[in-house]
Amino acid sequence: MIEFANVVMEYSGNTQALRGVSMQIDDGEFVFLVGPSGSGKSTIMKLISGELKPTSGYVHVNGYELDRIRRREKPYLRRTVGVIFQDFRLIENMTVYENVAFAMRVVGAKRREIKARVPYVLKLVGLEGKQHRHPNEISGGEQQRLAIARALVNNPSAIIADEPTGNLDPARSLEIMRLLQEINKLGTTVLVVTHQHELVQHFNNRVIVISNGRVVKDRMVGEA
Amino acid sequence: MRINNIPYLLKEGIRGLFAHGFQSASAFAVTVFSLLVTGAFICLAFNINVMVDDLNKTNEVVVYVSDTLKDEEARSLGTQISNIPNVQDRKFVTREQALKEFIEKNGDKDAFAGVEASDLRHRYVVTLEDNSIIMETVRQLEAIKGVDKVSAAFELAKGFSTIKEIVIAASIFIAAVLMFVTLVIIFNTVRLATHERKEEIAIMRMVGATNGFIRCPFVVEGMTLGFTGAVVALGAEWVLYDAIVEKVQTMDTLEMLHFVPFREMLGMLAVIFAVAGLFVGIVGGWISIRKYLKV
Repeated sequence: MIEFANVVMEYSGNTQALRGVSMQIDDGEFVFLVGPSGSGKSTIMKLISGELKPTSGYVHVNGYELDRIRRREKPYLRRTVGVIFQDFRLIENMTVYENVAFAMRVVGAKRREIKARVPYVLKLVGLEGKQHRHPNEISGGEQQRLAIARALVNNPSAIIADEPTGNLDPARSLEIMRLLQEINKLGTTVLVVTHQHELVQHFNNRVIVISNGRVVKDRMVGEA
Repeated sequence: MRINNIPYLLKEGIRGLFAHGFQSASAFAVTVFSLLVTGAFICLAFNINVMVDDLNKTNEVVVYVSDTLKDEEARSLGTQISNIPNVQDRKFVTREQALKEFIEKNGDKDAFAGVEASDLRHRYVVTLEDNSIIMETVRQLEAIKGVDKVSAAFELAKGFSTIKEIVIAASIFIAAVLMFVTLVIIFNTVRLATHERKEEIAIMRMVGATNGFIRCPFVVEGMTLGFTGAVVALGAEWVLYDAIVEKVQTMDTLEMLHFVPFREMLGMLAVIFAVAGLFVGIVGGWISIRKYLKV
């Protein structure tokens, strides 16, 4: 579960990125976080992944209290949250398989576990048969699938995707969103951060609209 | 950190070394040079220390008789010398005997062609019972009327002690400077590796790798540089030391110097080199990655 209560985030120079944000995303939900550039979406992402601490208020993510989290606890928080970025952030000199296996290896998974889990996740995102390719040998949509596979491989309870379709054409964007929906159906909480309102309209999911550091709407698509 | 991660982390550390070979080679060369110079000073200090100890163990003093005394008077001083409690034995050496012994010892008759026995003084070679009260005995000998001067090895030892202190102080200073330089070079080498792999590091952090896990390959890289540098420096030190000692001992003027065999210093130097090499390597590797682990 992800919970924000009255969260204020001030950067140095008294810039207020968040002005009392409250929201709750339950386990297994699929939520869009929508807002224009500079609205505070990235700050929310950074708070969820433990890169920032709120100035006031509290943030709970999968049992971790982020307003008082210790530095040594952050890696364990991050294992519960898979992150996907617009620019994929893949390691170019590793193959598709190695990119995913790397995410398991660095959290101390055994070789046997890696061998069993990576092909399963690659199949889940539709990249079976491409495991020996390098990221520059596959399409943009496939690169984002690979990033999703890497985010999924350690079996996190939530996935947060920061503008996951920002670099993709409309058809590939829909494919990625459908894949995230499928992953959500398997029980993983998904939070998609985007400024593409039109993309959100294709799905019947909860939408939280943020503007100027405040939640201005929290509704299902189609609701007034 | 799990045990099954160790081979992976070691492999990654070694891989880092070869990923930027030129920089690694420079860091390795600086480590070897620093330890070699530091080791040379340690060897010098160790040898001087042994010489000082040997001199302090010598329980003979030479009592020079005043020129103004006639031969019989000089010989008669022997009784007074024997009466001093700490004196075990005394041997009278005439100025003629002294010159002969001196020439024999130095082996070059021509060099002493103009020297006459009358230029020297009669003397007693006095053996002491207890070397720990040598200074008090020297004072008693000097108090005898007709004794001109007393020469004891401890005076020479005092001179060597001063040299030893200077060498030790210089060694510590030079070792500190060189170790700092080595630390900076290793830091820069590993820093380069961290910079090259900053994307990987960011991904590692993102997926939940612990700081220890992320840091480990870089510490292994620094440690490997430091340790291999130490091993090579030790070998080079051994070869150079033996070559220098061999050369010095063939020189007529320096043949009286006795050098400690390298094997006697090997254990001490191996420990110092290993600790110093590992220290600069680990610290250099550790601090180079700090910037990327702050969040």
